[in-house]
Amino acid sequence: MWVYEKKLQFPVNIKNPDPKLAKVIISQLGGPDGELAASMRYMHQRYVMKQGKIKGMLTDIATEELAHLEMISAILYQLTCNLTPEEIKASGFDTYFVDHTTGIYPQAASGMPFTATYFQSKGDPITDLTEDLAAEQKARTTYDNILRLTNDPDVREPIKFLRQREIVHFQRFGEMLRTVQDDLDAKNFYCCNPSFDKNCGGKNKRPRNPYMR
Amino acid sequence: MSQRGELLQKVQQYDFMLYELQLYLNSHPWCKSALETYKKYKKMSDDAKKQYTEKFGALRAEDTNTESSWNWIDSPWPWEREAN
Repeated sequence: MWVYEKKLQFPVNIKNPDPKLAKVIISQLGGPDGELAASMRYMHQRYVMKQGKIKGMLTDIATEELAHLEMISAILYQLTCNLTPEEIKASGFDTYFVDHTTGIYPQAASGMPFTATYFQSKGDPITDLTEDLAAEQKARTTYDNILRLTNDPDVREPIKFLRQREIVHFQRFGEMLRTVQDDLDAKNFYCCNPSFDKNCGGKNKRPRNPYMR
Repeated sequence: MSQRGELLQKVQQYDFMLYELQLYLNSHPWCKSALETYKKYKKMSDDAKKQYTEKFGALRAEDTNTESSWNWIDSPWPWEREAN
């Protein structure tokens, strides 16, 4: 189960509201490579993993992604504080405002609401970890793009922190993929699914997928 | 029930009590008797968790014993039958 800590993982203190910027940063809340999709991806994939270190890694990173969700929400909240109707219209924030006022709602920059179709839980450790590696890189690219769109150091610092975390997670997931492969037949990693097929991996490493025999 | 199961059940009960009181206190922050009960169960929860952690391993990563290797990753995990 989970416990809440009344702190951000990294401070967010933005002096100048910028609703136009909020409209693009919101993609890291509820967009295709956002923090909500990241957390839900790892949270759901962890159950059928075979090795304790992978169950632990997915649990811990899924939890950290929730903390990132909170940081992005704090950024969005502070970027949209004390706006006048004129500012809302001039910035183009009006298309979001009409549906949500300044409430925080998970959607992509395009306006597409969050959907579970942004991630998979395939029940195959190699497949899932390969998705996880790609997901971390896609999120890193999104942060790169956000950094191209703002010079405000108050926004850049927490975004740079989040970008670094994507790189660290990519590194850790790479190690987890190798951990899975170490336990499989090196001649053919794909001959069975350790989360489903009996006697797949472990000491004898022999394939047991009926389609591959 | 195993000793681990019994101790875990205590932790679950005390923590559930604390959580219920937390919700109640959110809407009744000045309630003297709820505050007193919270204090009582906080102590019971702390003691039970300390005992559980020493005997059966950490409930939170930060309480993992760092004497030899990092056993936070040891199975079973809570969704597995062996853990319940």
